Amino acid sequence: MATPKPRIKVPSKAAKGEVVTIKTLISHEMESGQRKDKEGKPIPRKIINKFTCTFNGQPVFSCDLAPAVSANPYFEFTAKVMESGTFEFTWVDDDGSTYSAKNKITVQ
Amino acid sequence: GRWSRAAAQQKLTEADLLDMAPHGNVTLVHITDIHAQLKPLYFREPSINLGVGEVAGLPPHVTGADFLKLYNIRPGTPHAYALTSEDFEALARQYGKMGGLDRAARIVKRIRDERGDSMLLLDGGDTWQGSYTANKTLGADMVEVMNALKPDAMTGHWEFTYGTDRVKELVDSLPFAFLGGNIYDAEWNEPAFEAYRIFERGGVKIGVIGQAFPYTPIANPRWMFPNWSFGIRETDVAKNVEAVKAEGAELVVLLSHNGFDVDRKLASRVPGIDVILTGHTHDALPEPVKVGDTLVIASGSNGKFVSRLDLDVRDGKVKGYSYRLIPVFSDVIGSDPEVAGLIDKVRAPYEAELGRKLATTESLLYRRGNFNGTFDDLICQALLAERDAEIALSPGFRWGTSLLPGQDITVEDLHNACAMTYPAAYRSPMTGQLIKDILEDVADNLFNADPYYQQGGDMVRVGGMGYRIDPTAAIGSRISEMTVLKTGEAVKPDREYVVAGWASVNEGTEGPPVWDVVEAHLARNPVVRLEENRSVKVTS
Amino acid sequence: TLAVLGVPTTRAWANTEATEKAIKEFTGGAAPEAGRITLDAPEIAENGNTVPISVSVESPMSGDDYVQSVTLLADGNPNPAVATFHFTPLSGTATATTRIRLAKTQNVVAVAKMSNGAVFSDTKLVKVTIGGCGG
Ligand SMILES: [Mn+2]
Ligand SMILES: [Mn+2]
Repeated sequence: MATPKPRIKVPSKAAKGEVVTIKTLISHEMESGQRKDKEGKPIPRKIINKFTCTFNGQPVFSCDLAPAVSANPYFEFTAKVMESGTFEFTWVDDDGSTYSAKNKITVQ
Repeated sequence: GRWSRAAAQQKLTEADLLDMAPHGNVTLVHITDIHAQLKPLYFREPSINLGVGEVAGLPPHVTGADFLKLYNIRPGTPHAYALTSEDFEALARQYGKMGGLDRAARIVKRIRDERGDSMLLLDGGDTWQGSYTANKTLGADMVEVMNALKPDAMTGHWEFTYGTDRVKELVDSLPFAFLGGNIYDAEWNEPAFEAYRIFERGGVKIGVIGQAFPYTPIANPRWMFPNWSFGIRETDVAKNVEAVKAEGAELVVLLSHNGFDVDRKLASRVPGIDVILTGHTHDALPEPVKVGDTLVIASGSNGKFVSRLDLDVRDGKVKGYSYRLIPVFSDVIGSDPEVAGLIDKVRAPYEAELGRKLATTESLLYRRGNFNGTFDDLICQALLAERDAEIALSPGFRWGTSLLPGQDITVEDLHNACAMTYPAAYRSPMTGQLIKDILEDVADNLFNADPYYQQGGDMVRVGGMGYRIDPTAAIGSRISEMTVLKTGEAVKPDREYVVAGWASVNEGTEGPPVWDVVEAHLARNPVVRLEENRSVKVTS
Repeated sequence: TLAVLGVPTTRAWANTEATEKAIKEFTGGAAPEAGRITLDAPEIAENGNTVPISVSVESPMSGDDYVQSVTLLADGNPNPAVATFHFTPLSGTATATTRIRLAKTQNVVAVAKMSNGAVFSDTKLVKVTIGGCGG
């Protein structure tokens, strides 16, 4: 499997105290652990099991994922921004790998 | 009322159909589900259109003599012919064909002349698909002819089966709005189409919200437009109602392809919609159905009707209305020369092929109705014979024109029953259990007691097999007594049957186009004679 | 019980026991009430492999009164667990959308846990269908 690639949609500017919408996607098969290969052997589970979003180091939103979340997990949520800073997004894979992305936002 | 007055007249005139004392300051003209029918045609309305749950016995689930009684229409009159299946063949011979977009254009232009800038023309969709020429031109013929009628907005359903790129190309070319507030980009969940537009007519600000067919990616192949997601999205409808009001709309119109029962439920749940111009389920009702303060207008299909709704809008409220469902009697309504010329032009390259005779029918051929129509039976027979199958499945589309006994079946007639962009006639083994599951699934899409879980097609048509259905039962227990007609044996859940069908929504479906299958069958059987189909038994 | 959540009782396929157990684990035993939380899902899934599900909970999302978590369950899947969202006052609103797998027609249940321990839930039936046909 190719290295999962995150994609983010965050506005680059916001007013102080504004609630902004954040959308994230990451390419990942989310192998459920319930499928079988051609020989009938179970395909081992390999999913993104945790997603977190922080702003300037403070937790904003996170999610624990079960195999019932679709391939290429999508999250849409909001954040209230009081100051300029950086969103940091992290996805944790079953094999321990983590994938991350950052987005800056300027508060005017 | 006017129905009995019209009924009393032996000879119908254009004035009888079109003269209407203007009312109020806004006129909405609605036409929907034309299914690419440019020329006059016969279209038999359903003899069976069952409603379940709360809508049982309510329009549009009233047919035949009950319909005539409900709307006080005398049997044998022009309106009885236009609106029901009662005595269809004889009345068709008496009153002639209906529709023709040149006739519709004449009606629209006349209303526009009368009402000037007070009129909006709104097209409910299923406009670009359903004929040989629409298929050949990928909808361009319909776009060109409809543009001459100068619509102000449209929404869609079958339009999407031309695929993402073609839809974008045609939509971008339109000199008017293509609206679909319930269509989203499937990846980023962002609106993919304009949701609404505000018009000013007769000094009134009118918010028109578009609602495309919510189940397009389920009823039709999703792979043809994989990046668009639909759905009823009731909360979005409510938000868009608020949005158009916030922008000053004094009249809120939902131009909808939801289907009648979905729109009736929507009207009861989303406040603030003054008028729903409904489509998709092909119902033609001579009076608006009032749901709270909302008027629901059902304008039929195949170009048979043009709806005119005059509204008196004052202080942001509808104070009164006057409505007429205008039946387009082709021999009574004159032809608009400009549009007639355009129709000739778009058909010219195909005229010889369109008129090529394939067979003659001795039976009335029609499709519309909850269960097998005779045209469906013909298609099923062709599938069984030409694809050497035990059981045939044919989709319960609500489009498809009718032919009278004695008429030729031409290439055009055949394509009116099956022109589409995924016509492959598949042949595949299916277990008896799978066939039952398919029937149960389709039956639930038609008879689920909650309209929001319905898709608005009719029951899948079956050849080579009979069954019993109880529409009021729950999914999984509606279908019983599945029987192989040839042998009289019960369909066994574990046995595999060779099934032939068409219009599969699965990508990569293989087989010849269904029209080739039917044409080959007609070549071998040039005189069509069909018995009434008694293989589906309905438990009531 | 699920009846409190307004869940229809005719659910031949539902993994009811596992779903009720998961709800109890999430709430610490408290029975969720209706209200405050809205679950939005399509009535009929376009594709059972990716069904959009949104939740929204009414809350001031202030430092001492906010929505802690919302768990999503699908009562007809082999395992009802789907996802659990965690919010903070920095979330601004307690709204989230994701896309989930539904093996067949079933109820999707969302349960919200507030910072004061109160629990609310909403349920929606999502039909997964073979498709085809149309008007
Ligand atoms: Mn339609
Ligand atoms: Mn239609």
